[in-house]
Amino acid sequence: MTTSSPAPDLSWIKKLTRPEDLAAYRNTLIAEQQPDATRILVCCGTGCKALGALDLLAAMKQAVADAHLDVKVAPLVKRTGCHSFCSRGPLLTIQPQDIFYQKLKPSDAAEIVQETIIGGKIVPRFLYKPIGSKQPIEKRSEIPFFAAQTRVVLERVGVVDPFDIRDSIVHGAYSALVKVLTQMSPKEVIEEMKISKLRGRGGAGFPAGLKWESCARQKGRHYVICNGDEGDPGAFMDASTMEGDPHAVLEGMAIAAYSMGSDRGFIYVRMEYPLAVQTLANAIRQAEDLGLLGQNILGTGFNFKVSVSTGAGAFVCGESSALMSSLEGKVGRPRPKYIRSTEKGFRDSPSNLNNVETYANVPKIILNGGAWYASMGTERSAGTKVFSLTGNVNNVGLIEVPMGTSLRHIVYDIGGGIPNKKELKAVQTGGPSGGCIPIPKKFLDINVGFGKLAEIGSIMGSGGMIVMDENTCMVEVSRYFIHFLVEESCGQCTPCREGLTQMERILTRITRGEGEEGDIELLEEIGTFTNSFSLCGLGTSSANPVLSTIRYFREEYEAHIRDKKCPAGVCKALYHLEIQPEVCTGCGVCKKRCPAKAITGEKKEPHLIHQELCIKCMECYRNCKFDAIAIR
Amino acid sequence: MSEPNTCCEEPEIDFVFLDRIIQEEFGGRKEAMIMMMQTIQRHYRYLPEAAMIYLSHSIGVPLTKIYEVATFYASFSLVPKGKHILHICTGTACHLRGSGGMVQHVAQKLGIEPGKTTADMKLTLETVNCLGACAMAPVAVLDEQYHPQATVGLINELLDPILAE
Repeated sequence: MTTSSPAPDLSWIKKLTRPEDLAAYRNTLIAEQQPDATRILVCCGTGCKALGALDLLAAMKQAVADAHLDVKVAPLVKRTGCHSFCSRGPLLTIQPQDIFYQKLKPSDAAEIVQETIIGGKIVPRFLYKPIGSKQPIEKRSEIPFFAAQTRVVLERVGVVDPFDIRDSIVHGAYSALVKVLTQMSPKEVIEEMKISKLRGRGGAGFPAGLKWESCARQKGRHYVICNGDEGDPGAFMDASTMEGDPHAVLEGMAIAAYSMGSDRGFIYVRMEYPLAVQTLANAIRQAEDLGLLGQNILGTGFNFKVSVSTGAGAFVCGESSALMSSLEGKVGRPRPKYIRSTEKGFRDSPSNLNNVETYANVPKIILNGGAWYASMGTERSAGTKVFSLTGNVNNVGLIEVPMGTSLRHIVYDIGGGIPNKKELKAVQTGGPSGGCIPIPKKFLDINVGFGKLAEIGSIMGSGGMIVMDENTCMVEVSRYFIHFLVEESCGQCTPCREGLTQMERILTRITRGEGEEGDIELLEEIGTFTNSFSLCGLGTSSANPVLSTIRYFREEYEAHIRDKKCPAGVCKALYHLEIQPEVCTGCGVCKKRCPAKAITGEKKEPHLIHQELCIKCMECYRNCKFDAIAIR
Repeated sequence: MSEPNTCCEEPEIDFVFLDRIIQEEFGGRKEAMIMMMQTIQRHYRYLPEAAMIYLSHSIGVPLTKIYEVATFYASFSLVPKGKHILHICTGTACHLRGSGGMVQHVAQKLGIEPGKTTADMKLTLETVNCLGACAMAPVAVLDEQYHPQATVGLINELLDPILAE
C-alpha cells in the first residue's frame, strides 16, 4: 500500500506555448531516442508490485550499471504500468526484440543482463509456456494471451513510463487535444463522439456523446468528473489504466471539457488505490508544467484544471450522484434522478461524469475518427472493452477485446482454461450486482455486450469477469454478494436496505443447513421487489446475484434445503472432508499443511482426518497431489 | 465502529498540526473535509473526538455532520487501531480462493471480530473489499506489506511473532 516515489528531475520542463509546439517537442524527443536501442520494460502494476516488482526493477538497474554498458540514451530499464498478464508476475518485456520474461526474482537480473542484453541469447527458463505445452514462447506478441486481444485503451499501458510525460508524448499523448483545439469546434467534437457510438464503460452504458451534448447545452459553470471509484471486487481495469497511462484519462477529460465549455475537472479515486492517486497527481503536475493542462493551454486561451480526490471506502460512491455528493465532502447517498446530473450535479451545476475507461477511449476516437471506433464491436455495443479476468482461470489478468467476443474465446483462448483439470461452472459478470452465467449448459458462445448479458439476467457492469469452477457453491456465492451489498447499502431507501438484509438472513440459514421449504420462492419474491423499487442503480440490480443463481442453479439451492448437502463442498455445515484410504499414498503433505493438527498417520500409510479438530480450511484438499481427499 | 473509546485515553491533540492540515493543506474548504479527516486519521490512527470538535469549529460544519461522515465511510474509525494492522482481502477472487476461511481463522485465533483490535492494542484485523491484485488471490496485507497467495499457515507465521512481542 505504500508507494515509493521516483526521484523527480524536472530540469527538462519548458512550457509549450503554441499548439504546434507539441509536435515539435515530440519530434525532438523522438530524435533523442535510438529507435533500435534495447529497452527493458519492467511491469510495476499493483499485481506485480505485490510480488516484488520494485525490487526486480532496482536489481535490473543495478545489473545494468554493474555491467558498465555503453548506454547513450537513458533509460535502458524502464518502469511501466501493468503488462496485464498478472498471473505470471513479476515480469518484463525486452524491446525491440519483444522478449517476454516472467516469474522473475531480483536475483535473476544479472543473468538477464549478461545473457540476453549483452550476449543476445534467450534464457529459456524465464520464458512463458502455455498450460499443457512444453514449447516455450519467446515473443510477447506470440503468446496467446496477448495475441488474441485488441488493445485500444490499453495500448500504452505497460509500454510507457507513467511517471514521465515525455514517454507518453513520444507515444502520441495530447495530440488529440491539439487536434480539437486547432481544428475542431466543440460541436464537432460532440458529433464525433456520437458517431463513435461509445457507451459509458462504468456499467450503465449511456451513450457518451449524448451525455456530453446534453451537458454542453446547460448554462452555468460546467464540471467534468471522472469516476475512478472502481468498487466492484475482482475488477481492476480502471486502476491499471490510471496507473499505467494517466495521460490518456487526463487528455480525454480535457477534450470533454473543451466540448462543453468547462474549465474544471475532478478525478475521484478509490482510497484502496494509492498508486493510482500518486500516478495521476504526478501526471497532472507534469502536464501543467508543460502547459498541456491548467491555464491557457498551449496558448489557446483554453483553461482546464484537474484535481484528484480520494474516496473513503464506500461502494455506493461509484454511483454518480453519490460520488458527486462525496466530492462535496458529504456522505455519499444517491439521489433520485428526476433531474439529471448533466443539468444539476456537482455543486448544483451541470456536470458530466464518465468513468476512467470511457475518457481513456476519447483521444483515440478523436485521432482515428468516430467511424473507426464504431467499426469495432457490434451494432449496439461499439468498440472494445477491457475486462479483468480473475477467479478459477489459468491466465489471470487484464484483457481488452472487441465487444461481441464470445465467452468461450475469453475463457479458453485468452484465459487458457480452468486450472487443475476442473470443470468450468459459471462466469460472473458485473460485480456484486451482476449475475452468474452458467457456462456448460448453453452460454459458452454468447457474445459479450451490453444487450446480450442483460438478456440472460446479468449485466456487463464495469468489466469484472470472475470465472468459477465446479468447487464453487452458487448459494454461497450469492450469500457472499448479498452480504457485501448489505454492508455497502447506503440505507436510505427501504427496499434495498430491508430487502437485502432479509435475503442475507435466508441465504445464511440455507448455507448453514437450516433452509426450509418455500425459501427459494421467498427469495424470488423479495429479490424481484428489491430490484423493482429501489432508488438508485445499485439497488435496482442488487438482487441479481440471488435471482440469477436461482434461475440457473435451482437444483443447488434444493440440495442445500432438502438434502442438507453442499455439492461443491463449500458450506462448512453441510460437508466434511475424508481421506480415501485406497488413494492416499501417505506422503504426509496434508499432515504438514494442516494448521489445526487434525490429520494423523504414519508415513506411507493412509492418513486420517479427525473431524472434531478439522476447521475445513481446505489446505489439505488443495495441496493433495493424489486427489485422495474427498468432499462428503 | 461507533463504540465509545474505552480502551485507552485520548491522545494529546496538537492543534497547530491540525490547523496546518485544515488551513494550509486544504485551504479550510468544507468540500475537502473527507480528505482532512483521512489525514487526521493517518496521524492518530483514528479520529479523536477533540480533533473532530476542532475541525467542526475550523470549517464551520456541525459536529453531527462530521460524525455522519465518519460513520458512513468504512475507512474511518472512532476507536484507535492497533500497532499492527492485518488486512485480508475479501474481494470475489480472494473469496473464491478461501479468504473467508482465513478471516474466520484469524478472528478465532485473536478472539476478535473483523474490524476490531486485540485488547493489548497490538493488532487490528480488517477486511477489504478488493485490492486490485486478484491474480495473487488470496491476498493478505500486514502493515502495508502484501502477501500474495496467503494461507492460514502463512498468516500464523506472520502473526505469532507479533503476538509474542
